[in-house]
Amino acid sequence: MLRFLVRRTLGAVVILFLLSVVTFLLFFGMPRDPALLICGKTCTPANIENIHHVLGLDKSIPEQYLTFLHNIVLGSDSFDQGPCPAPCFGYSYHTNEAVWPTLMDRLPTTVSLTLGAAVVFLVAGLATGLLAAWKRGSLIDKTVTAGSMVISSMQIYFLGPLALALLVYQSHLFEKPAYHNLTSDPVSWFSGLLIPWVVLSTIFAAQYTRMARSSMIEQLQEEHVRTARAKGMSRRYVFFRYAWRGSLIPVVTIFGIDLGSLLGGAIITETTFGLPGIGQLAVQSVFFSDLPLLLGVMLFAATMILLFNIIVDTCYAFIDPRVRLS
Amino acid sequence: MTTVTKEPDDSGEGAFLSVRDLHVSFTTEDGVVRAVSGLSFDLERGRTLGIVGESGSGKSVTNLTILGLHNPMFTTIDGEIVLDGQELITARESELEKLRGNKVAMIFQDPLTALSPYYTVGRQIAEPFMKHTGASKKAAWQRAVEMLGKVGIPNPKERAKEYPHQFSGGMRQRAMIAMALVCDPDLLIADEPTTALDVTVQAQILDLLKDLQQEFGSAIIFITHDLGVIADVADDIMVMYAGGAVERGTVHDVLRSPQHPYTWGLLNSMPRLDSDLGAALTPIPGTPPSLLNPPSGCRFHPRCAFQGEVGGARCVDELPLLPPGRGGACHLTAEQKQTIFVEQIKPRLR
Repeated sequence: MLRFLVRRTLGAVVILFLLSVVTFLLFFGMPRDPALLICGKTCTPANIENIHHVLGLDKSIPEQYLTFLHNIVLGSDSFDQGPCPAPCFGYSYHTNEAVWPTLMDRLPTTVSLTLGAAVVFLVAGLATGLLAAWKRGSLIDKTVTAGSMVISSMQIYFLGPLALALLVYQSHLFEKPAYHNLTSDPVSWFSGLLIPWVVLSTIFAAQYTRMARSSMIEQLQEEHVRTARAKGMSRRYVFFRYAWRGSLIPVVTIFGIDLGSLLGGAIITETTFGLPGIGQLAVQSVFFSDLPLLLGVMLFAATMILLFNIIVDTCYAFIDPRVRLS
Repeated sequence: MTTVTKEPDDSGEGAFLSVRDLHVSFTTEDGVVRAVSGLSFDLERGRTLGIVGESGSGKSVTNLTILGLHNPMFTTIDGEIVLDGQELITARESELEKLRGNKVAMIFQDPLTALSPYYTVGRQIAEPFMKHTGASKKAAWQRAVEMLGKVGIPNPKERAKEYPHQFSGGMRQRAMIAMALVCDPDLLIADEPTTALDVTVQAQILDLLKDLQQEFGSAIIFITHDLGVIADVADDIMVMYAGGAVERGTVHDVLRSPQHPYTWGLLNSMPRLDSDLGAALTPIPGTPPSLLNPPSGCRFHPRCAFQGEVGGARCVDELPLLPPGRGGACHLTAEQKQTIFVEQIKPRLR
């Protein structure tokens, strides 16, 4: 198990490295010069050259990349804005703020949004999916199947504004989405995130319902499930002990991917509700060709996805002894 | 619809298991599949009935129906299944649950997929014992270890803690048998238990089943498409074709003087150790009929080489009856069968 974890972690580091190279190169393939943005309207070639020099853009690309890596690992003191301890992604071209502290500042919003929604959509999705599988072919099953089909084909940028219009602006039943600090004001934290949670988890729950139902039905047709029935175990026991266990594998897989990518920035949700999370930061960094911020967000998101991939693989070992022992 | 095997004189009373005029059909998207139509048979305690037939002849379906393991949503069942005086088709699910794994146990074809990969072998054997006898977890585990020893698994105490994927194919089937026998069932249904195994392992498993039957005195239904295996383990044979029985009798009678052209075909198509290497096998011409739309009259007539002997269109129009006891469901007269078998079939069987 330990060897497995070490191997996977090393693999993840390699992937992160490659990803940083690709992102870095892509940025230099962009037609926009960040110096132009910083320089503003009254720009002279001398100004631009000066900015290039300050940002280090006048050096060769490999050189710039090495500096970038060096700063992440060891930090840097060569920034005009001040010292930049590791992991140093430099300072934003746009806001002039240090990238890593900005990310960490935005993280609680994204984590609150994601984890809150994830608990709801996982529980609700599994529960309705299992119910539908248990009552397969019944009216309940048909309602759940049709309903989850409709909901899961909706999008956050449709359901989100709809919920805002109906529940917040017209009826004033709920508070306007906003992020408040959990420790200093837990009540506002909760009420401010309620609508985003509901919208995000409704759409995800519908997908989990469909997945849980179909993977459960598949498991119920497994031969070992029939064997368990043939030895006299009750339908409920077989359902929850034998079939459920196997049906968890695809659910855990997708849950890991979803959680990882949401934690790396729930871009659409955060943008729809104006929540200042990492997803919003990602959008900003693209708009302003903000290389340091963009690289920071990209690598952070990739780390989340890789991390959850390792967690998922570890979960397999708990679910399936064949994985554990091989 | 006329039934093949209705036996008005033979009520089957007193038999341990008595199946009467069983009809099983599935509703599918393509239509209604008549998987079993008008099947009747009896089984006594301590005897082994071998059911032979091709895939789709209804042999497995029949046995899943006995335990009520069919999917009730898509399946229609008619007829009577009486086990030791208890009617099973109309029995409630809770009553069937008490029978399954307790009075009636099943062994399946592929022990790899038939055992759960998620639980230890010991747990899977102990579970039905706890459920049916109310034994404690500890006692049930001890029983599981004891059963593993009985089916010839070395070091059962340790092996019980292992998972099925850590067992070899033959060991898994032994574990499966241990699981089936843990509550000392009166009826054991073995659905192709040796098909997925190597020949040497197959022989060991068959010997094991025979020994255990001696010890436990169970009745066994042994489903297979391998006549060689049947000859080895069974007392009686029932040959099934397209959802009905076409011939039955003791192993000796059916193998020595088979009464139905389909049985002849089966015997004929068996490879022989003493035949020339490279000599082609003799298949039965044609393919098994679709049970969505089974042939009229005798189900076997489209593939039968001896229709001409019967004369007229009897084979196409009229379903032949399977007499109670020894016999075959065929319109040929006893003399015709005898002549054909002795002159045309037997010389080829050697």
